[in-house]
Amino acid sequence: MGNKTRVKSSNQFIGMLKSNTGILCVMILIGITLSFMTPNFLTAGNIISVLRQISNNIFLALGMTLVIILGGIDLSVGSIVAMSGTLTVGFIVTNGVPMMPAILAGLTLGTMVGLFNGFIVARFRVPAFIVTLSTMNMAKGIAYIYSGGRSTRITSDAYAMIGTGYLFGVVPLPVVYMIILIIIFVILLNKTRFGTYVYAVGGNRESARLSGVPIKKVEILVFTISGFLAAFAGIVLSSRMYSGQPKAGDGYEMDAIAACVLGGISMAGGTGHVSGTVIGAVVIGIISNGLNLIGVSSFWQLLVKGLIILVAVIIDSQKNIISERFGKKKSSK
Amino acid sequence: MEDKVILQMEGISKRFGATQALDEINFELRLGEVHALLGENGAGKSTLIKVLGGIHKPDEGIIKINGQEIEMNGIQDARNSGIGIIHQEIVLVPYLTVTENIFLGREILTPLRTRDLRKMNELALDMTERLGLHIDVTTKVGNLSIAQQQMVEIVKAISFNVKILVMDEPTSSLSDEEVGKLFETMDRLKKEHVSIIYISHRMEELFAVTDRVTVMRDGTYVGTVNTKETNVDSLVGMMVGRSLTNYYTRDYNMTDQEVLRVEDITRAGVFQNVSFSVHKGEILGFSGLVGAGRSEIMQAIFGNDSFESGKVFLSGKEVKFKSSMEAIQSGVAMVPEDRKKQGLTLINSVGFNMTLASLGSVMKGPLLSETKRSRVIGKYIDELNIKTASADIAVSSLSGGNQQKVVLAKWLATNPRLLILDEPTRGVDVGAKAEIYAIINRLAGQGMAIIMISSELPEIINMCDNVCVVREGKIVGRLGHEELNQEEIMRFATGGE
Repeated sequence: MGNKTRVKSSNQFIGMLKSNTGILCVMILIGITLSFMTPNFLTAGNIISVLRQISNNIFLALGMTLVIILGGIDLSVGSIVAMSGTLTVGFIVTNGVPMMPAILAGLTLGTMVGLFNGFIVARFRVPAFIVTLSTMNMAKGIAYIYSGGRSTRITSDAYAMIGTGYLFGVVPLPVVYMIILIIIFVILLNKTRFGTYVYAVGGNRESARLSGVPIKKVEILVFTISGFLAAFAGIVLSSRMYSGQPKAGDGYEMDAIAACVLGGISMAGGTGHVSGTVIGAVVIGIISNGLNLIGVSSFWQLLVKGLIILVAVIIDSQKNIISERFGKKKSSK
Repeated sequence: MEDKVILQMEGISKRFGATQALDEINFELRLGEVHALLGENGAGKSTLIKVLGGIHKPDEGIIKINGQEIEMNGIQDARNSGIGIIHQEIVLVPYLTVTENIFLGREILTPLRTRDLRKMNELALDMTERLGLHIDVTTKVGNLSIAQQQMVEIVKAISFNVKILVMDEPTSSLSDEEVGKLFETMDRLKKEHVSIIYISHRMEELFAVTDRVTVMRDGTYVGTVNTKETNVDSLVGMMVGRSLTNYYTRDYNMTDQEVLRVEDITRAGVFQNVSFSVHKGEILGFSGLVGAGRSEIMQAIFGNDSFESGKVFLSGKEVKFKSSMEAIQSGVAMVPEDRKKQGLTLINSVGFNMTLASLGSVMKGPLLSETKRSRVIGKYIDELNIKTASADIAVSSLSGGNQQKVVLAKWLATNPRLLILDEPTRGVDVGAKAEIYAIINRLAGQGMAIIMISSELPEIINMCDNVCVVREGKIVGRLGHEELNQEEIMRFATGGE
């Protein structure tokens, strides 16, 4: 099914459409419904704002895509968002560190958490769920200890630019980062040796090991990338909020996982595409946005969002079952 | 064996989309006989069994049990008609006891609606003993050997009052000794008037245990013969539709140029003082019982495991690989024993699997080159005659023989000078076996040094230049190809006189 496109290069776009039919239908359905319900949905301004909203989830979901294809899960990313934002802003405001070194330090520390996750998973073979559950608490703890639980305001215009600036005056910078990262990830997964190794380890670790794949390196690198992206997302988010908040990023890991699952990435590992994750994140984005536009209260939004995600996944899984049955009948002798 | 017919399947046809999976198949089973169902992968054996088991409904044809036509609308109908199927993979719950597994879903209850474990244990013990399986029925199934688990499956099937038992490749993961035990059990079952349909690719087993053989090919019925009145060649002929004159292809052209020399390698408790050497163009066989340590020796040389003392020389240079990666870089390749667990990433495509071990050679700068990659894939699909609709389909959809060729292609693409083959034809049908033998012979002819571990004596005898027999981690016998025969090898392998 999904892995058909990997070897092909010519009609990759059609392959992408094929492997994501279910979720694409859901997306279009929601889009059409919303554009009838509210005239504001299909305006340029709103579309850009949706893109900006989803950018943060995409940063995390891209890393999560690698982790899940590898057969793991990363629960620590939401906390890394909080940690890197709090620490970076804190370094600048409280400790008077210049902006660039502070950002570098924030990125490095977040990346270190990812590296730590990967090291423990690869070296001790502890399930990723448990390892990242622990580091989720640890990273959050560090953010609270450092800040004493208070958020820190930052007034630097240069820092604010990172998350609130525009390219050519129209495209928000986070959207620009998002597009660049998506391109990098598509190439990474489809065109590099590392990408192939990620699929191989997730598909069958033992076979990958015997085939000479440096599995430990691959595992460590995947979690490190996830940590780095989370740290990056934390800095962008703190810039958009003009403050470092230890409460930020709460539950973000779940949105990232939801995007992957909606995008058809198997939790069992070994299969999945960046395109799926991106569409998944867009679906989650337009649901939130649409509910806002219609004027649903934020309490109700959670309930409705959860339901819509569940229904979308059910539709998608049924599509898989139907096509599987159909495909099996065709191929069996 | 009596002549009373218990099961008749007449004119069974089944079509899936455009594929005619079964075309007017006739099958007859007599009371208390062991009847082999033989055919290459894709011949329709499993579809026929699924029809019998109520999983597929036939488009045409009738099924009669004891002369009475029955309607099969589901698994329950089959079960009620006394049909039991033992699948190739064991489907017991490892964390439950033998008794709990046997009675799973139909527990005997006390008047208080709790489980009557005492009674169930008694019954289970009785059933296991009757089949000659002497085990503690309160042990967890996960603690039993594969062979014992399989026996538990049989006991479970029998406990459903089964009259017709289907066994699908029951010996594929058993050692010779365990196979013997299984055959004893089958004898007991026959005496209890259970009729058995037996599916296996191992010819010698068919001759050891079956009364009649029905051969299928491409979904059609070829014929039924009495086992006593046929031989391997004629059965193979029926299966493939032509006679395979040269089942084994072998030109002996070993050179004296040494590729690998192993001196006294030891890993305590696993293998001791193992020494041997392989030359260009040589096929060196490793024979012995399952568990003798053959695979472990190769895994250690390949860097996937370690050895404590001793030396390994590759083309005269001492090496000690710390990982498979290092071994591959030095030109050593290993086709592992278990295709599904170690050889392939089943969910990925044919092409993906074929190039996984040699990605370094299909790069263009930092990126993978699709052109180079498809060139490699195309080359091996042609050279090894891999039958696949495209390189992009999941490797799991290929037949066993073609999957094995994909594994072989993966390793040949690394350009090895030493190729280690661990059970290269396990679970592969005869046609593909002959092809794989021809490929191995061709590789040796091209000057590759080959080590072949195999539990199938005929292939060891017909393919190898030299053979090392391993018992309990030691090489206990060395034979040249002119002195190879089954008795000699077994004498060394079992330590008998």
